[in-house]
Amino acid sequence: MNAIAETLRTTGSETWDVERVRADFPILEERVHGFPVAYMDSAASAQKPRSVIEAVDHLYRHDYSNVHRGVHTLSERATAAYEGARDLLQRFINARSRREIVFVRGATEAINLVVQSFGRRFQPGDQVIISMMEHHANIVPWQLLREQTGIELKVAPINQAGELDLEAYEALLGERTRLVALTHVSNALGTINPVRRIIDLAHARQIPVLLDGAQAVPHMRVDVQALDCEFFAFSGHKMFGPTGIGVLYAKEALLDAMPPYQGGGDMIRTVSFERTTYNDLPYKFEAGTPNIAGVVGLGAAAKYLDEIDIDRAGRYEHELLIYASERLQEIPGLRLIGTARNKAAVLSFVIERVHPHDLGTILDKKGIAVRAGHHCAMPLMNFYGVPATARASLAFYNTREEIDRLCAALAYAQEMLA
Amino acid sequence: MSDLTDLYQEVILEHKRHPRNFRPMLGANRNVDGHNPLCGDHIHLHVKLNGDVIEDVSFEGAGCAISTASASMMTEAVKGKRRAEAQALFQRVHGLLTGEDEGVDPSALGRLAIFSGVRNFPSRVKCASLSWHTLNAALREDGEDVVTTE
Repeated sequence: MNAIAETLRTTGSETWDVERVRADFPILEERVHGFPVAYMDSAASAQKPRSVIEAVDHLYRHDYSNVHRGVHTLSERATAAYEGARDLLQRFINARSRREIVFVRGATEAINLVVQSFGRRFQPGDQVIISMMEHHANIVPWQLLREQTGIELKVAPINQAGELDLEAYEALLGERTRLVALTHVSNALGTINPVRRIIDLAHARQIPVLLDGAQAVPHMRVDVQALDCEFFAFSGHKMFGPTGIGVLYAKEALLDAMPPYQGGGDMIRTVSFERTTYNDLPYKFEAGTPNIAGVVGLGAAAKYLDEIDIDRAGRYEHELLIYASERLQEIPGLRLIGTARNKAAVLSFVIERVHPHDLGTILDKKGIAVRAGHHCAMPLMNFYGVPATARASLAFYNTREEIDRLCAALAYAQEMLA
Repeated sequence: MSDLTDLYQEVILEHKRHPRNFRPMLGANRNVDGHNPLCGDHIHLHVKLNGDVIEDVSFEGAGCAISTASASMMTEAVKGKRRAEAQALFQRVHGLLTGEDEGVDPSALGRLAIFSGVRNFPSRVKCASLSWHTLNAALREDGEDVVTTE
């Protein structure tokens, strides 16, 4: 308690005007069952600031047409908005070149692209290392590849706190390892993995690394050149942008050498029935008319995160995490799942004799939105011996008052059901 | 209309706390697993059919209050019934939960009618129907081993 209070004092010295930030998010004015909505499901999908909503609206009202096509004015405006967003995303993760920013549907598609393009040349017996805390999106695509090519999947273990076992991970790196594919931040536990160390250990053996960054980009500044990872995947909707859009970052030399993922328009240079030549990067990987409005909205989200200063936002979230962890642990019978020392503001928990699904319903009646379920991480749930957890995932627009409401509602649920 | 007390009625909570027929079974001739992939609930249903009659039925597994109470009350409702009677009851309960069959007379369902509140919580309908779908699979002639509510 004292240590936590001490941390609060040291991290809480700067002020975060949460009410001002909340005013940027129109949906936070909604009421649910008569209560102001307390949105604690941002790890599933984050809410959208007005600037994102307006960027999409403005595109459709004033600048919309297909991109990279017409010589007419609207197509030129749409192309400028679309490619301008690519520049914003390049700066957002500090990629060396805009050619390294490939727009995809989300982190899931980004990983599938790497699996089916980069992984296509893997041989039977080649190994890919994942971890116990992966989202299904970083498990199942590799299992599909295993069926196609005969690769082996190696799973790096974690400890009870939900931290990667670095020694065991290092021991898995071997002659046949072709790729390490790990989550940067766990969606179910909140664990922030020591990615710098993970990448160094892999690179010492010339093994490339893919990071699933879907839960990282909403909480911290990511610099892909500093990380030096080969691939970085993330989704727009978890970083306060639209759904259906995301980014695969990859080092240019790798993208150059990789075969296309999908065929269609925009990814070609010339087509004849005998032979097709492919477009330059990144267009080689952007087949078909893209999600133009999604890209423009995502660009606005990246700009928003720059403007509010994501590092300060992250420090505020950390204060909330400490406060919420402390309050939740006062509840008898509550067990936090995921207690890593380095953690994002995700609180997964179970309560004795109260099933997470019932909690979800009861909290909803109090206007509190949490996720109840396996969080697309069923192997992880098995590891902890629980069928599901309730998960409150916070963002910089959440407040201490909302956490107090959560705790009161949990006590009510316990009284009702236990 | 959709108060929490409509969903979590006292009878439902009582069955959740003390589920009936919650046990393994020796000599069962039908053992079927039911899963709700949405929330991770699972049920292992055991049925002992004597000819056409459900001589015994029990369940194991882990689930929420609604799915546990529903499974508990289902076992009480169908024990001793003929297969066709249990199947007809499944249809009536299904209609009650989904609201698809407005013609269901709640009084014909007896104590099971208390699950009518579930339909006002669309995300919870599958919790209440999991055990019934599992029973229905167990009673089929071709007897699948695993069912899901998806």
